[in-house]
Amino acid sequence: MPRTDALHIDWPLMIGLLALSFVSLFVLYSAGGEDMGVVIRQVLRITMAFVVMIVVAQVAPASLMRWSPYLFIVGMILLLAVWGVGVIGKGAQRWLNLGLFQFQPAEIMKLAVPMTLAWLFAKHPLPPNLKVLSLAALLLGFPVALVLKQPDLGTALMIAASGLVVIFLAGMRWQLMGLLTLASAAIAPLVWSHLHAYQQRRITTLFNPWADPLGSGYHTIQSTIAVGSGGIFGKGWLNGSQSQLEFIPERSTDFIFAVFAEEFGFVGVSILLAVYVFIVVRGIYIAYCAKESYTRLLAGGFALTFFFYVFVNIGMVSGVLPIVGVPLPLISYGGTSMVTLMAAFGILMSIHTHRKFLSR
Amino acid sequence: MPQIRIKDYASEARIFHARLFILTIVILILVSLLLGRLVYLQIGYYDHYATLSQKNRISILPITPVRGLILDRSGAVLAQNFLAYTLEIVPDQADDVSALLQELGKLIQLTPKDLKRFAHLRKQRPGFESLPLRHRLSELEAARFAVNRHRLRGADLRAHLQRHYPMGSLGVHLVGYVGRISDSDLKRIDRAVYRGMNYLGKLGVEASYEDILRGRAGYEQIETNAHGRRVRLLDRRKPHAGKNLYLNVDARLQAVAEQALGARRGAVVAMDPKTGGVLTFASTPTYDPNPFVNGIDEASYSLLRESPDKPLINRALAGRYAPGSTIKGFLGLAALESGRKASKRTFCPGYFTLRHSRHRYRCWRKSGHGSVDLQRAIVESCDVYFYDLAAELGVNKLYEFLTGFGFGRYTGIDLDGEKSGLIPSPEWKRRVHKQPWYPGETVITGIGQGYTLVTPLQLAHSLSFIANRGFGMQPRIVYAIEDRADKLIKPLKPTPSDLNPVKNKQYYEVVIKAMTDVVHGPAGTARRIGYNAKYRIAGKTGTSQVIGIKQDEVYIEKNIAERHRDHALFIAFAPVEDPRIAIAVIVENGGHGGSTAAPIARKVMDFYLQKILPQKTLGVIPSATPAVAKVKKGRLGRGLSGHKRQRSHAQN
Repeated sequence: MPRTDALHIDWPLMIGLLALSFVSLFVLYSAGGEDMGVVIRQVLRITMAFVVMIVVAQVAPASLMRWSPYLFIVGMILLLAVWGVGVIGKGAQRWLNLGLFQFQPAEIMKLAVPMTLAWLFAKHPLPPNLKVLSLAALLLGFPVALVLKQPDLGTALMIAASGLVVIFLAGMRWQLMGLLTLASAAIAPLVWSHLHAYQQRRITTLFNPWADPLGSGYHTIQSTIAVGSGGIFGKGWLNGSQSQLEFIPERSTDFIFAVFAEEFGFVGVSILLAVYVFIVVRGIYIAYCAKESYTRLLAGGFALTFFFYVFVNIGMVSGVLPIVGVPLPLISYGGTSMVTLMAAFGILMSIHTHRKFLSR
Repeated sequence: MPQIRIKDYASEARIFHARLFILTIVILILVSLLLGRLVYLQIGYYDHYATLSQKNRISILPITPVRGLILDRSGAVLAQNFLAYTLEIVPDQADDVSALLQELGKLIQLTPKDLKRFAHLRKQRPGFESLPLRHRLSELEAARFAVNRHRLRGADLRAHLQRHYPMGSLGVHLVGYVGRISDSDLKRIDRAVYRGMNYLGKLGVEASYEDILRGRAGYEQIETNAHGRRVRLLDRRKPHAGKNLYLNVDARLQAVAEQALGARRGAVVAMDPKTGGVLTFASTPTYDPNPFVNGIDEASYSLLRESPDKPLINRALAGRYAPGSTIKGFLGLAALESGRKASKRTFCPGYFTLRHSRHRYRCWRKSGHGSVDLQRAIVESCDVYFYDLAAELGVNKLYEFLTGFGFGRYTGIDLDGEKSGLIPSPEWKRRVHKQPWYPGETVITGIGQGYTLVTPLQLAHSLSFIANRGFGMQPRIVYAIEDRADKLIKPLKPTPSDLNPVKNKQYYEVVIKAMTDVVHGPAGTARRIGYNAKYRIAGKTGTSQVIGIKQDEVYIEKNIAERHRDHALFIAFAPVEDPRIAIAVIVENGGHGGSTAAPIARKVMDFYLQKILPQKTLGVIPSATPAVAKVKKGRLGRGLSGHKRQRSHAQN
């Protein structure tokens, strides 16, 4: 039996997360133009995120389950508020200004959507019947549509992925999935025509970035050059010419992997990937050990969504996926998404460390 | 009937674990896909991408924008740009930089300073950037380089726009100059904004309006080959030229003022009282700004810096002088506003004493003025009247009125480096000197001596309140901004001064009548400039005490006598009925305001109002009495414990 920690901390996860945070500081120092201020702010954010994680880990899964639908409702209200403000202000609107600080309601949905779906499925026998699935589709579809409207393709994708993973894990029948895949293939052209022009360009660019090397292809070309020129051992910390000469756009945030790959090469990249895989596998193991529908669906959902983030970001930077605004989890500079991410890990820890008391 | 199913935990767990297993497999496949991609990029095609990264890079070259011109109110150019050739080197493109420098040295004269600066730049900037080696090549040098260019790889000529001040030293304190961006500049400016630029405004309008004059850099995105040579142009964004500035200042009037000051140290500030437009802003001695553009040499600079005349100081803006009797008109208004009748008489026996004190504060006229009312007190500059007034009003009222007219605070002129001067208050003295306020200090504040310090700009600005009979405008150097793109000249809106001095227009008329008699009356202290004037002038003379020399000033015998003389001051506006010019003149160590400063003001006003060029001789009138209110050295200090007489003047 795994021992129960008084603080409900899962140490393998903790060590993996700490390792990533440590790497993050080094890469940021280089990507941020050797600015200690950036590093210090990131340290503060990491600390805050870890505190959130540990606090969340103290909450028993049963309480989390009870609260799930309410969190969802709050999230929806905020999203609608943002949408309303955006309609009035006639422009992209993602932030809600709460006076003291700005807040991105879409972040709540990254947690609330998988939690609510897990809650829904746990209430019903599995595999889910059509009625439950339709309800799930609504619970997933609304927030994704609202976030897509903002427009924030990256976050919408992440929320969609987290929901779909939970639905898949709940045991949706293969026939039904096959049917839906066909249907979505059919409506894909319709969705395409609704995408913003710049979003379309990002996807076409993927197939031929050199068609527009200074426009939409610039990001992909420059980040691919950075990754490729890193070679096996990399150019060395603070020595990446692509990064230091500012060829890489958004090198502290979405494209930070390019900086890392250029400076630390294939060796560094492999180690980083290993750490990510270690964390994901640990999350899957927690899901595997969980004894209740809610906890295992949620644990599985979070673990796989986390992997999805990593995959989309690295895929985008290395030029195999279109450019969507997804940060590299725990390495990129930025606050809100890190806090939500760590709250999810707090839930994973809670699930794993509370299961003794729940087991039947 | 709805189908009721019961949760089958075993089956649910089985399904879940199966699905989890499937997803784990998917994850492993995706990870190998990423790894495969990274192997492809970092190992398989490493050489390709390394080449791309190192050599075949896209570079962005900034295009320097044209800096805006500075013109006077009638369009005469005060600051312009001309084309000059600069020799530049891209260190990465040269096979051997030191050999290249040696080769270049045979063709073009390179001073040790050029080489030193280049070496310094090379340490700071990346090797692919083009770094300047020599500026302002002659035609011959440029031609010699062009012929030999093929064997001088890495070096190239570049045409630059060079700032030039065609009027030389005229109005240098006003126009200012640009200079090379220095290391200390780099710390405070936004480097992105200055990409491709080598100069920035350092002084005067050039500095204060830097953001408007600068313009915005354009850029060229070019593809370069393995040797770093330009292969093709990919994209180009045009630079935006800086905007032109039209000044309120009239260059000819400025020249008249500077010539009138001549070799003396001093300042002339003239404004249009109705708009606040600064017509003349002279500070002498002047100096030529052109050598500063590319960095003045050390010897010339130290000559300027060490000169006892302190040409580098902007006296009009930052010179602080005791206002002396020029303050009396303002105090006359204070008297009326606080209820003293203009007809109230004070007896001047030649000195003034405070109650319970035997110390005598002397009037400049030893024999006394007898019984004087406000009118006569201003016209003849009777000190005793104002000693009495100051004692009656008290220091707090004095402070309130004088700051109400803008003394002791920034005028808000559109030039950096303005000094606020000082109107003392007991609170100020406690804070700064940690000493209480003495009644005697109130008394001497009444004649503009003691701690009181004003700038020539402040004098002109405050005078405009009287000229306008109750309101003042913030001084403005720049009249309008011209956008080069649409050729639209947009005048700036005059801004009223946010001050609330005396409101009653009749009070102003009383004081203005007295000030008119200062110039035109038979006993006026400035009557020598009034008797032949074609228009009516209201003015006030003044004398600012200079006591002692600064501790760090070198004792030069030839200078010492002159340096001990008082500063001469004169403020005036004209025509009295509808003032179009308000002027303040200060001549350092000039002696009497009426004889030294007033004629300068007259020349400037003549030119402005009548376009009369100054004649060498203005005529001499017989002098009856010394026409200046003056308190001689040594008279003040006694009895004023805590009041320090040693006061340095503008050059502190």
